Amino acid sequence: MFDLRGLSVAYDDEPVLRDISLRIQAGEKVVVVGPSGAGKSTLLKKLYELRQNDSAFVHQDYALVPQLSVFHNVCIGRLDFNGTLYNLLNLVRPKKEQRQRVQPILDALGIGDKCFAPVHSLSGGQQQRVAVARAIYRNSSVLLGDEPVSSIDPHQANAVLQIIKGSSKTVVLSLHDIDLALELFDRIIGLRAGRIAFDLPSAEVSEPMLADLFKPC
Amino acid sequence: MLKTSLYFVAIALLCAGLADIEVTTLNPWDELQRIFLGALRPDLLALYSFKSALLNTLTFAFCGLALGALLGAILSFFFHLHCVRLACAFVRAIHEIFWAFIFLPIVGLNPICGVLAIALPYAGIFAKVYAEILQEADAKPLRGLPIHTRALVRFFYGVLPGVYADLANYTAYRFECALRSSAVLGFIGLPTLGFHLETAFREGLYAQAAALLYIFYLLIASLKYWFKAKLAPLYVALSLLLISKDIAFSWSNISRFLTYEILPWPMRRQGFLDGSRDIALPWSSLWQWLSNIFTSEIGPGLYHTILLTQIALVGTGLFTLLAFAALSHHFTGPISRRVARYIMVVVRTTPEYILAYVFVLLWGPSMLPAIVAITLHNGAILAHLSGQRADLITLSPDAPKGRVNRYFYEILPRIYGPFLAFLFYRWEIIMRESALLGILGIYTLGFFIDSAIADDKLDKAMLIIFSTALLNMAIDSISQRVRQHLRITPGTVNTLDE
Repeated sequence: MFDLRGLSVAYDDEPVLRDISLRIQAGEKVVVVGPSGAGKSTLLKKLYELRQNDSAFVHQDYALVPQLSVFHNVCIGRLDFNGTLYNLLNLVRPKKEQRQRVQPILDALGIGDKCFAPVHSLSGGQQQRVAVARAIYRNSSVLLGDEPVSSIDPHQANAVLQIIKGSSKTVVLSLHDIDLALELFDRIIGLRAGRIAFDLPSAEVSEPMLADLFKPC
Repeated sequence: MLKTSLYFVAIALLCAGLADIEVTTLNPWDELQRIFLGALRPDLLALYSFKSALLNTLTFAFCGLALGALLGAILSFFFHLHCVRLACAFVRAIHEIFWAFIFLPIVGLNPICGVLAIALPYAGIFAKVYAEILQEADAKPLRGLPIHTRALVRFFYGVLPGVYADLANYTAYRFECALRSSAVLGFIGLPTLGFHLETAFREGLYAQAAALLYIFYLLIASLKYWFKAKLAPLYVALSLLLISKDIAFSWSNISRFLTYEILPWPMRRQGFLDGSRDIALPWSSLWQWLSNIFTSEIGPGLYHTILLTQIALVGTGLFTLLAFAALSHHFTGPISRRVARYIMVVVRTTPEYILAYVFVLLWGPSMLPAIVAITLHNGAILAHLSGQRADLITLSPDAPKGRVNRYFYEILPRIYGPFLAFLFYRWEIIMRESALLGILGIYTLGFFIDSAIADDKLDKAMLIIFSTALLNMAIDSISQRVRQHLRITPGTVNTLDE
């Protein structure tokens, strides 16, 4: 699905990713961990750029339209699958078939009662669920997420991550909650200062490795 | 900033020395007394016979605003193109009344003339402001859209929801301006409130004039109760239904205007005299014609317009600096502040043209009535904005207690930058008004345009209107440079450019 060889990225001559080589097979569920500034967001964005057509992305800042309803924000996930006129009519008057597909996703994420509430009236955690719902609704073969549960409390985050995991064949997320990552995902990539520190099945990730990954520079 | 201000004051003093400022009427106080008596006893019964004028004022404003907003919205998408920006600046630079002068011979004295005269300059303003709002739109939502989303869908899902409130607010605010424009268009013969106002003033029926003005104030003051963005489409539809359909529209008229009447007279002269209507190109007499207009009309017109503009600009500034204090809680108590606010609202609601008309009645035609009218109208607007700005300042508890000290040491230094920015934004508007008030018999550009129209010399009128627009665009760009040089911004400008 992804095959990076020696990828380096720099912003204003400041290297962010250095010589990253990485293969991700279709169907893998991967989490990227690492201290802030390690290059997780940049790596995920790079992966997204490589396959924009058949992936969905949960942005760290949600990238929602605050003035539109939850329903329309979720519909944005599939705008490129519909004709222009269809999309504009859906904006004026929500299409029945779209509602029937959006509602179950919202129900599963616990915001089923908010379907036609404007997004700006929602709490931060609820907004993040809308961003997740949008990515799930896109129904693409890859789902990428940059801290997709950062504003959701740990107990509920587990449930949301389960839903994300089940929604697409290939899932690549960044998470700051290591325990959740180890509990739910098969493969963990540790990123530090723009390099891959380790890339292991979750069962083989040990405490000292993590301590090393997060130790101050 | 202080140095620049002093330059402008010095220029204004020089202009005042050159300008013709005098009272030519014999008994200005008697007339004023009669106006006051009329204002105290408005002839409300007369209003019944003016109901169609009231309706026309509303329908012209609605249709003009809707058409202007539509054109402006379309143009705003192309505002990055230099030619579009220039065209918008040009149509903005010509006052509604001059636009009416242009449309009058083309479409005749009918609703289309009134609606177009409002719609065209407003389209130029809307294009500019809409483009600014779109440019400042939040780009974040766009990132969430799938990459291959069509441009139109991107706009409606990713951009419009974020800017809709700003666009609607600005458009709604403009409706008040459109009402003023619509009313004033009556002064040149269109069937709106201004038509009856002019008649009433001219015949000294001040009780009737007062009633008409009061109904106009009531209309503007009540806007916030009945004019809602959601209802606007309904109002526009109603206006389209109710607007007078008395339109005699002929394409031959339009083509004759554009291909024949607008051509300089020397080109048409020979064909006109021998009846063939042929067009020639006699270079020497064409040159003669041009230089005649420049020396006897455009030259003096420009001179007087610039004199009036510079005096009124500084007048507006001084008035603002005095009046904003009356509107700010740092200087006045709640009761006197409320009184001051009502006075300012009335003054800024009254179109400058009507103010000037009344002052000309009182003092006779000279620069004086124009200076006072422009100063009061614009000063009231700027005092309102500067007062709002001053009220945002929180003074420390040990700030000077005396009002004079507080004014000069605490408040004025803080608001002087924004105040100057407000004033310089207003510069080109003041110039547009200075040119316009020539219609009342002051020798600014409007006087010569009005005379040319009255003589049916459309070629000459168009040339002078064109020069007026160029002067306006020049002042706009000078003002921009001065603002950049002084590094001043007013913060919110949307409510400033009228």
